[in-house]
Amino acid sequence: MSKLDSKIPEGPIDQKWTKYRSTVPLVNPANKRSLEVLVVGSGLAGASAAATLAEMGYKVKVFCFQDSPRRAHSIAAQGGVNAAKNYQNDGDSTYRLFYDTIKGGDYRAREGNVHRLAEVSSNIIDQCVAQGVPLAREYGGLLSNRSFGGTQVQRTFYAAGQTGQQLLLGAYSALQRQVGSGNVTLCSRHEMLDVVTIDGVARGIIARNLVTGEMEKHFGHAVLLCTGGYGNVFYLSTNAMGSNVTAAWKAHKKGAFFGNPCYTQIHPTCIPVSGDHQSKLTLMSESLRNDGRIWVPKKKDDNRKPTDIPEEERDYYLERRYPAFGNLVPRDVASRAAKERCDAGYGVGNSKMAVYLDFAFNTARYGRTEATKRNIQNPSQEEIMRLGKEVVKEKYGNLFDMYQQITGENPYEVPMRIYPAVHYTMGGLWVDYNLMTTVKGLYALGEANFSDHGANRLGASALMQGLADGYFVIPYTIGVYLSTEVTRMSAEKDKTDSIDKLKTKHPAFDAALKEQTDLINKFLNIKGTKSVESFHKRLGLIMWNKCGMARNKQGLTEAIAEIQALRKEFWSDVRVLGSADEFNPDLEKAGRVADFIELGELMCKDALHREESCGGHFREEHQTEEGEAKRDDVNFAYVAAWEYKGVSDWELNKEELKYENIKIAQRSYK
Amino acid sequence: MGSGHGTELNLTLKVWRQKNSKAAGSFETHQLTGISTDMSFLEMFDVLNEKLISEGKEAIAFDHDCREGICGMCSMYINGRPHGPKQGVTTCQLHMRSFKNGDTIVVEPWRSAAFPVIKDLAVDRSAFDRIIASGGYISVNTGNAQDANNILIPKTDADEAFGAAACIGCGACVAACKNSSAMLFVSAKVSQLALLPQGQVERKERVLKMVEAMDAEGFGNCTNTGACEAECPKGISLENIARMNRELTAASFK
Ligand SMILES: Cc1cc2nc3c(=O)[nH]c(=O)nc-3n(C[C@H](O)[C@H](O)[C@H](O)COP(=O)(O)OP(=O)(O)OC[C@H]3O[C@@H](n4cnc5c(N)ncnc54)[C@H](O)[C@@H]3O)c2cc1C
Ligand code: SF4
Ligand code: FES
Repeated sequence: MSKLDSKIPEGPIDQKWTKYRSTVPLVNPANKRSLEVLVVGSGLAGASAAATLAEMGYKVKVFCFQDSPRRAHSIAAQGGVNAAKNYQNDGDSTYRLFYDTIKGGDYRAREGNVHRLAEVSSNIIDQCVAQGVPLAREYGGLLSNRSFGGTQVQRTFYAAGQTGQQLLLGAYSALQRQVGSGNVTLCSRHEMLDVVTIDGVARGIIARNLVTGEMEKHFGHAVLLCTGGYGNVFYLSTNAMGSNVTAAWKAHKKGAFFGNPCYTQIHPTCIPVSGDHQSKLTLMSESLRNDGRIWVPKKKDDNRKPTDIPEEERDYYLERRYPAFGNLVPRDVASRAAKERCDAGYGVGNSKMAVYLDFAFNTARYGRTEATKRNIQNPSQEEIMRLGKEVVKEKYGNLFDMYQQITGENPYEVPMRIYPAVHYTMGGLWVDYNLMTTVKGLYALGEANFSDHGANRLGASALMQGLADGYFVIPYTIGVYLSTEVTRMSAEKDKTDSIDKLKTKHPAFDAALKEQTDLINKFLNIKGTKSVESFHKRLGLIMWNKCGMARNKQGLTEAIAEIQALRKEFWSDVRVLGSADEFNPDLEKAGRVADFIELGELMCKDALHREESCGGHFREEHQTEEGEAKRDDVNFAYVAAWEYKGVSDWELNKEELKYENIKIAQRSYK
Repeated sequence: MGSGHGTELNLTLKVWRQKNSKAAGSFETHQLTGISTDMSFLEMFDVLNEKLISEGKEAIAFDHDCREGICGMCSMYINGRPHGPKQGVTTCQLHMRSFKNGDTIVVEPWRSAAFPVIKDLAVDRSAFDRIIASGGYISVNTGNAQDANNILIPKTDADEAFGAAACIGCGACVAACKNSSAMLFVSAKVSQLALLPQGQVERKERVLKMVEAMDAEGFGNCTNTGACEAECPKGISLENIARMNRELTAASFK
C-alpha cells in the first residue's frame, strides 16, 4: 500500500471543499488558547497564516531570518495575483481558473487542491482590499485587471509592478496587529535549523538567534513551514539572496517526503547575466509580455542596433510558433523557445545569450489612442511616442527604471534584452489536502510545498496560492489535527512526563539542539581553503548546465557524480571564519549551501527518473518533432515523493494523479 | 553602456567595522582593483568579502536580501549619504558606474540611537515593526471582507495611497535626518490608510498611537529640514508629513 494518503474529500469537485470545510472538527475557543503554533516564515503564506490563526485564538510564534517579517521574499513579486472574479466579464469562472491551472501545470497537479485554490481566489482579493492594499483601479473606482501567460482572460489584479510588496505589507500589517495585541510572538533574525520530532510527531523546532548566535528550543503543537522556494540551488536566480531550502530540507531528513524536486520554473524574461561578478538575476515581470513583443533578428549574428533592423528582418518567434497565445504562452514554453533561438545562433547582445523584448509597437498604439482621447489632430510620430511612453510609464515605470539602473540602457528607447532565469520551484514538501506533510503536526504552505502548480506554474498564481493557503485553507484544515491534540492533552492531563508538561525540557529537544550545535562547530572547525560562496557558485553551474532548461540522461548522471564529489570537498575544505556566538552571515550561508548540495543531488535523481518531458522538466530524449515537451501519461502521471533514507539514499513513493473532471490532453498553445 | 562593456575601476574603501553593539568601532581601509562598472555596489562588497576570506580575515557584515530595491534590507551610508550618491535608488540598486576610477568611498552603518549597530554595517531596525504594531493597520479579521468592488475608490486616491504605501521601511530617512526623526516613515503609513475609505474608522486613533510609539522608540523631532525626502529611495514625499501633522491636530482636538 502506498505510504501516501492525499486525503482528498469525496464528492463532486465543486463541492469537495465547501462540504469538507463545514464538516471538519473544530477546536473550541478555550482550547485554542492553550494550543501553540510555530509559523516559520513571514512571506505571504506565513504572515497570512500566522495573522489568521492568531485572530482565531491560537498562540502563535513567527520566525524569519530577515530583520523584519515585512522583508520576506514575497515582497519582490512584481506582476500580480490571479482571482476568478470575472470583473472584466470576459468569461472567467472558478472552473476556468481551475482548468487553466491544471493545463498550465501540464497535468501534473492534483485536481482537488487546484479547484479549492480557484474557489478561494476571490476571497483573497476581498480580504486584501479590506486591509487597505492599494490595488490598481480604473477611473470609475473599480479594480483593474491585466493578462498573464497561459490564459485568455484578464484575471490578474495588481499594484503597478509591486504587487507582492503591497500584498505582503497587507499581510504584515495584519500580523503586526496580532503582535501588538500580544497574540503573536515575533522572532525576527532567527533561523530554524531543525524540526524536533517525538515518536514521529512534530513538537517544535531548533532555531538560531542570528544576532547573538544563541541556539533556542521552541515548543509547538503544530509547526508550519512557510519558508519559500529553493531556486537558489542554482546560485543565480531571481530569488532573494537569503532564500534557501534549509527548513524544508531538515524537515525532509526528519521524515517529510519531498515532492517533485526537479520541477523548476525558468522564467523567460529576466535581465541577462553581465559578468562573473553576478550575484543574482533580476526578473522583468511577465506582465511586460502584455505589451512587449519578443523577437530576434532573422539573420544570424546580426550586429546592427535593434532599432536599425527593419520589421521584415525580425523574427517574432513566439507569435510565429504559437499564433493563439503569441507572446503570452506559458513560461516553460517561452523559455525554451528563447533558448532554442539563442542556441541556434540568433541571440543578441554581447553574450549572444539574449532576445529582445520590444515595447515600440504598443507604445505607438497607446500613443495613438491617447492622441484620439485628447483630440489631437494628425499627431506627429514623436508626439505619438511621447504620449505612448506616458502610458507605458504608468503601467511599468518601476520595472523600466530597474532595467535602466542595472543595464545602463533606456528601455523606452531601445528594446530590453532578456533571457530565461531560474525563478520558482514547483517542487517542495509533499503535503496532503490538509497541507500536512508526511510528518504528523508538520505543515508546509506557499512555495515550500509541492501542491498546486504541477510541472509548471502560471504567472500570478504563487501569490494566490500563498495567500489561499494562509488565509483560507490552513485555518480550517489545522483543526483536523489540533482537535486530536486536544483529546490527547486531556487524556494525558495527569501524566507527569507528558510533552505538554515537559515541552522543551523533553530530552528530544536537547538531542536536537546538540546535533545542530555540533554541526555549527563542525563548519567552523574545517578551516579549509575555499569560501562558502565558491562552493555555491560551483553547485549552481552544475545544476544550470545539467539540470536546467534542458536535461538528458548523460548530463544528469554526470551531475550526480559531480555533486557527490563537491559535497565531499565541501566538508573537507570549506573555510568559515568568525565564531558561533555572534552575527555571522558567512556561517549562516555555510549551513544553507550544505543543504543545497544535498538537495541538488535529489533534484538530478528525480529528473533522471522522470523519463518524460512535462512543464518545466524538459528531457531532450522526450520531445515531439517540433521540439515540444512530450509527456508520458501512462507511466508518469504521478507525484514523485522521495523519502530520505540516508546520505545519497532515497526511496521513491508515488501518488497517482487522477483526472476525473478535466480530460488529460496534449497541452497546446498554438 | 551596459551590456557587458563595463570598464574597470581601482578604488579605496573605508569601511566601518564594529564587533557588536557594545564594542567601539573604527574605519578599516581596503584597496580594490579591477571593479567592473557593471557591478552593483553590493557585488563590489561580495568581491571585497571574498578577498578578505581568502586572506583569512572575517567578512564584513551587511544587510541585504532582494537586491532589487524592494525589501528595504540593504542599508549603507555611503560618502555621507544613505544609499549613496544616486537619487531614488537603494544601496543594492546603486551600480559602480556611478563612481570614478581612483575614488575613495567611505561606508558606514545607519546612525541613530533608535537603530543600534548589530555588527559592522548591520543595524537593528525593529523599532519600525513596533511602530506598525501600534496601529499601522486596518482592523479586519480574515473572512470579514465584503466584495472588493463594493468599495469604490477614485483612481487618484488609490494612486496617492499607493505612492505612500511604496515605502520599503529601509530607514534611510532616519539615517539622513540630523535629528534621527522617523516622521517620513510613519507618515507614509498614516497617509496610505487615511487616504482610503477602509482606513476611516480608526483614523484618529491610529495616528495618535503610531506617533506615541514613534516617540517611545527614541526617534528625534522633525524640524522640517527635508533631508529625509531627498534621500528616500522610493520618493516618499514630505506631503505625507504635512498630512500626518494635520491628522494629528484633528485627532488631538476631537
Ligand atoms: C522576482 C520575483 C517576482 C515574482 N512575481 C510574482 C508575481 O507577480 N505573481 C506571483 O504570483 N508570484 C510571483 N513570484 C513568486 C512568489 O513571489 C513566491 O512564490 C511567493 O511569494 C512565495 O511566498 P512564500 O510565503 O511561500 O515564501 P517567501 O515569501 O519566500 O517567504 C519565506 C519566509 O521564510 C523565512 N525562512 C526561510 N527559511 C527559514 C529558516 N530556515 N528559518 C526561519 N525562517 C526562514 C524567510 O525569512 C521568509 O520570511 C515572484 C517571485 C520572484 C522571485
Ligand atoms: S520613507 Fe523612504 S527612506 Fe524612509 S523608510 Fe520609507 S522608503 Fe525608506
Ligand atoms: S537588498 Fe532589498 S532593497 Fe536592497
